[in-house]
Amino acid sequence: MNYRMVSTTVGKILIAEALLLLLPLSVAFYFHESDTLWAFLATGLLLLLVGGLLEIKKPRHRRIYAREGFMIVAISWMLISCFGALPFLLSGAIRNPIDAVFETVSGFTTTGSSILTNIEAMPKSLLFWRSFTHWIGGMGILMFVLAFLPQRENQSTYIMRAEVPGPSKGKLVSKTMVTARILYAIYFCMTVVEIILLWAGGIPLFDSVTTAFGTAGTGGFSVRNASIAAYDSVYAEIVISLFMLAFGVNFNLYYLLLVRQFKRVFKSDELRWYLGIVATSTVLITLNILPLYDNLAEALRYAGFQVASIITTTGFSTADYTGWPVLSQMLLLTLFCIGACAGSTGGGFKVERLVVICKAALSRIRKSINSREVVSIKLDGNAVDMQYAYNVLAYLAAYVILVFLGIFFICLDNVDMPEAISAVLTCFNNIGPAFGKLGPAGNFSSLSNFSKVVLSFLMLAGRLEIYPMIIVFYYRAWKRKN
Amino acid sequence: MNIVIVGGGKVGTALTEHLSNEGHDVVVIDKDPKVIEESVNQFDVMGICGNGVSHQVQTEAGVAKAHLLIAVTSSDELNILCCLMAKKIGVQHTIARVRNPEYAQQMHFLREELGLSLVVNPEFAAANEIARVLRFPTAINMESFAGDRVDLAEIKLPKDNVLAGMCVHEIASRLKSRVLICAVQRGDAIYIPNGSFRLEAGDRLHITSKRSDMIAFMKELGIYRHRTKNVLISGGGKMGYYLARQLSETGHKVKVIEKDEERARTLAQLLPHATVIVGDGSDRSLLLEQGLDNQDAFVALATMDEENIITTMYAASLGVGKTVAKVNRVSHDLLRSIGIETAVSSKTIAANQIVGYVRALENSGSSSVQTLYKLVEGRVEALEFRITAEDAFYIGRMLKELRIQDDVMIGCILRKGKIIYPCGDDSIETGDGVVVISSHHGFKTFEEIFC
Repeated sequence: MNYRMVSTTVGKILIAEALLLLLPLSVAFYFHESDTLWAFLATGLLLLLVGGLLEIKKPRHRRIYAREGFMIVAISWMLISCFGALPFLLSGAIRNPIDAVFETVSGFTTTGSSILTNIEAMPKSLLFWRSFTHWIGGMGILMFVLAFLPQRENQSTYIMRAEVPGPSKGKLVSKTMVTARILYAIYFCMTVVEIILLWAGGIPLFDSVTTAFGTAGTGGFSVRNASIAAYDSVYAEIVISLFMLAFGVNFNLYYLLLVRQFKRVFKSDELRWYLGIVATSTVLITLNILPLYDNLAEALRYAGFQVASIITTTGFSTADYTGWPVLSQMLLLTLFCIGACAGSTGGGFKVERLVVICKAALSRIRKSINSREVVSIKLDGNAVDMQYAYNVLAYLAAYVILVFLGIFFICLDNVDMPEAISAVLTCFNNIGPAFGKLGPAGNFSSLSNFSKVVLSFLMLAGRLEIYPMIIVFYYRAWKRKN
Repeated sequence: MNIVIVGGGKVGTALTEHLSNEGHDVVVIDKDPKVIEESVNQFDVMGICGNGVSHQVQTEAGVAKAHLLIAVTSSDELNILCCLMAKKIGVQHTIARVRNPEYAQQMHFLREELGLSLVVNPEFAAANEIARVLRFPTAINMESFAGDRVDLAEIKLPKDNVLAGMCVHEIASRLKSRVLICAVQRGDAIYIPNGSFRLEAGDRLHITSKRSDMIAFMKELGIYRHRTKNVLISGGGKMGYYLARQLSETGHKVKVIEKDEERARTLAQLLPHATVIVGDGSDRSLLLEQGLDNQDAFVALATMDEENIITTMYAASLGVGKTVAKVNRVSHDLLRSIGIETAVSSKTIAANQIVGYVRALENSGSSSVQTLYKLVEGRVEALEFRITAEDAFYIGRMLKELRIQDDVMIGCILRKGKIIYPCGDDSIETGDGVVVISSHHGFKTFEEIFC
């Protein structure tokens, strides 16, 4: 364990967060919100101080391995969430520290579950910061550091692998730094396009920017109490739906489009499954909720938006789906678990993993019929390594175990069983709203502090794909020697 | 530079390490996903799993826009085919490893007619290096520059030697022969000595000089050993064949032990002047029967590193003057700690050859790297530059007027076929070859050595 290297890197990340605070700071300045201005300034200075102290001691040797990579990622995410909560506390907008941390973790992990009862009463700069955490967390703050801070050593691969979601972590080009830059460039451009489109559709600029941040990170914080329904604009809903779906696609595919390798994009099994799942569930839910609405178009509008919002793990809402028929609710709960594509900003189990376990199960069935048959699992037309399939199954096991443990803990809070299950699934898969009291119309403020801590842990575990958050609490990983 | 490496074996991995550390954009192609995973984990490179000869895989690796493709799979044919494909797809330069002696004779054709930029034959290069050491057995290692005209020898100072405790600037007055000490290795530390550097017993010196001066120097130190006459080679693979052929051409008496009867028969046909023995080269009684104890030199070239290490140690214990082991996996530091001085690794030789070539490709303009040697486990580099600049600031100035960086030394200057071992009054002219020894890494142009 190279402690110094871990602390230097974490220090760098805290400094990067301090720099990112400049944006909400200027928003506070623009809207003349002096309380929050001071809160941001104090947080920024504190971050610089702590980050500088951690960073100042230069490591003796700079070699890090997978273990340090996981450790850096887990510690950084916990620390940036704690520090990111300070503006809410210092400005007095949120009084309970646990609430503030929950809100920030929910922001950085792009979950979008909120404890705020009246969002519109919050200072604008804090709302901006809340949405901006989505944007930072979507692509990952470590990726940001990798992309823009000078790197002397080539040890960054482990950090990238620990932060980028998905089972296969392909690089676009040889250098990690260049890869990170390309990804951020794509991310940035798509966000800007969405802001412009929303603004052109008559949404106020501030709302356009924050909504675009929420969409890009597939987060789901809105600056309105009624979420997207507040704008009551079909145009905005269509734009947001399309962008949510777009941000849920593996970013590597966009790079392939840019370098004109169209064939490889169309060969992607994951993309086809993803679009297939979206289409199927939209049709089913539309038919199911048809009696509740006036006509087919209306039903399609709400169903389509909700499906896009849930499968990409964004969590915006235009309708309170807790009033929908049980089948629709169950379909949405299933989408909770599936999540977006690997290598996107979305969370969840990831479509790629789903494809692999489905194919693994199918190959097993064929093998039981004819035990001598040699069956290979194929992804994108290439045979999948058995080790890879095994890793996906192991991840599934860890996922299921953690979800169940989480549910048991939340049940201590004396909530309804559907609420407990959906709360854990929504947080672990970084979606946002749950069912029952915790649905789109409600919020998470009624839960106990203990439940909020558990859910915060689950949000981080879900965003970082379980292992980093487990490893950081595993005593053997902390040993100096292997 | 964008470089595609096909084949992630020993040489491929060594190349990946060197080239990615020098800042190139490297893509590695290999059939085995485990090999790819290993490379991607260790180095900042991109890995692609697939057949390097496949058009699709090459396109995916970006061969069309790459500057260089290096084919180092285990098969010669694959390597050549890979380079031809890549050339058609649009890569600028190609390097292939070709080891089979039958193809080795058509290197010229491969380069000129098929358009390969460089053909590397590690076994042949390693055999050359062993042959040099055997011709000059006092040296632990011998490298050569400028088309074999300049030698760089590594020697070890024994105890109670005249040089021990002497400063470098005193040597000229105390000894008659003149050599240049380029680098000194003491324990783990490396020094590029200046005049006031004091030598100690047990130091390893890297020296360069004219061959006659070098012999005189070693005689004065009392460590000179005559050239070897009888050489026993264990293992008749490709390297063994190349070495036996070279040695028998230069008048050595060579005996080759080969386990496989079929192979031994082929060797006997190919090497009419050598004695070929069928038998197990690690078998003690066979080695004794073949007169190991009265050989001048023993070279262990079996497939297994361990076997080579053990047989050379055994030979050394019998009093064989010079022993050489082929070792590919174990580090030289480790071998030294168990008393094996001269070890040759074809992997390192091939990797150095290619890295040197890449450096030469990179620089443009006033000077270019001709050859690159990595000494002392790659911690010291010896580079041969060709000076092409007409009006650079250093042209025609006396060396003592120029300020050269610490830890850099000009080993020798090659001018119109003559070799100059420079002192302060010499100067560098356009068209010279200059050998620079340095513990810095990654010099690409000659200008960089100046302050």
